[in-house]
Amino acid sequence: MPGKTILLTIVLFNIMQLQAQDISVNVLDFESFETLLSKKNDTVYVLNFWATWCAPCVKELPDFEKLNKQYQDKNFKMILVSLDFRKMLESHLLPFIEKNRLQAEVLMLHAPDANAWIDRIDPSWSGAIPATLIYKNEFSFFREGSMSYTELNQIVKPLIH
Amino acid sequence: MLLFLFFSFSGIVFAQGYEIGDKAADFNLLNVDGTYVSMADYPDAKGFIVIFTCNHCPYSVAYEGRKIALAKQFAPQGYPVIAINPNDSTIVPLDSYSNMIKRADEKSFPYPYLLDADQSVFQRYGATRTPHVFLLNKEAGGLIVRYIGAIDNNYENADEATEHYVEDAIRALKDGDLPNPDFTKAIGCTIKIKKS
Repeated sequence: MPGKTILLTIVLFNIMQLQAQDISVNVLDFESFETLLSKKNDTVYVLNFWATWCAPCVKELPDFEKLNKQYQDKNFKMILVSLDFRKMLESHLLPFIEKNRLQAEVLMLHAPDANAWIDRIDPSWSGAIPATLIYKNEFSFFREGSMSYTELNQIVKPLIH
Repeated sequence: MLLFLFFSFSGIVFAQGYEIGDKAADFNLLNVDGTYVSMADYPDAKGFIVIFTCNHCPYSVAYEGRKIALAKQFAPQGYPVIAINPNDSTIVPLDSYSNMIKRADEKSFPYPYLLDADQSVFQRYGATRTPHVFLLNKEAGGLIVRYIGAIDNNYENADEATEHYVEDAIRALKDGDLPNPDFTKAIGCTIKIKKS
């Protein structure tokens, strides 16, 4: 019995390593990122602005993952937009995704001139994270601050078909 | 009464706070050296660079060298830096008073680093993130808010900043002009509010 457990552990460990090699994160400047915002294709987009060092962001991630798991096969796309510093990609972001086994897509927005683009996400955003943008065609919702699964689902559910 | 309650709760962080042209109130807050500091302690100042900042936030840390540079450059010109930590340390222990003392000592901050212990000052000013700058100018009507926002336009790398908002705003004020821009946004950490 212990032998089996060890074998299983080794197999699992190998799978995890393979998966780890697959983790990749696109790094976008704001111009490339912005093309996403103008998409009106019947998809519900949930964009969460976060960073690995932001405690309230990390705390709400399981709620976002739960929502993503629920709707990922529907007209739904979640993107976790990391605002970690560019130099933290390999040292912090990739290990964080691996450790927490994040399933939602993660991209890094590398746009340090934030004053140039914060209003283009939403004029009510002061720039603090976490922040969440939900949109589908002409519908748009924005929140600066944390969101729970229940709050997210209240907004997203009526938009899903 | 109900209406009043509604506004007082919903407006705690967002609706209250200063806008450009508002008169800023003084404060009396505990400094890392154990003394209490007010703006009234600087009778010769022409204004103040009030920065809501903290120990733990990577954006605040990334701007540490720039805050020190601002203090060294502009305190002699009459615009001292006053840094205020608005965070509740039960939520972020790294932002406790003892850790503030430690950081100020390590970095030899050339400016006071004050604790907004009851979190009333950041709410009165309307700070929403760290770091968040309020540039005050001493005028006939008192200390007037003349710029709100970021220090410059590159949080990651000071050398790559192409707009130096605070520096430019002070230069404008010294020339008798109004800053342009007078309001900018930046990514920052939320202010950690004590749970009631």
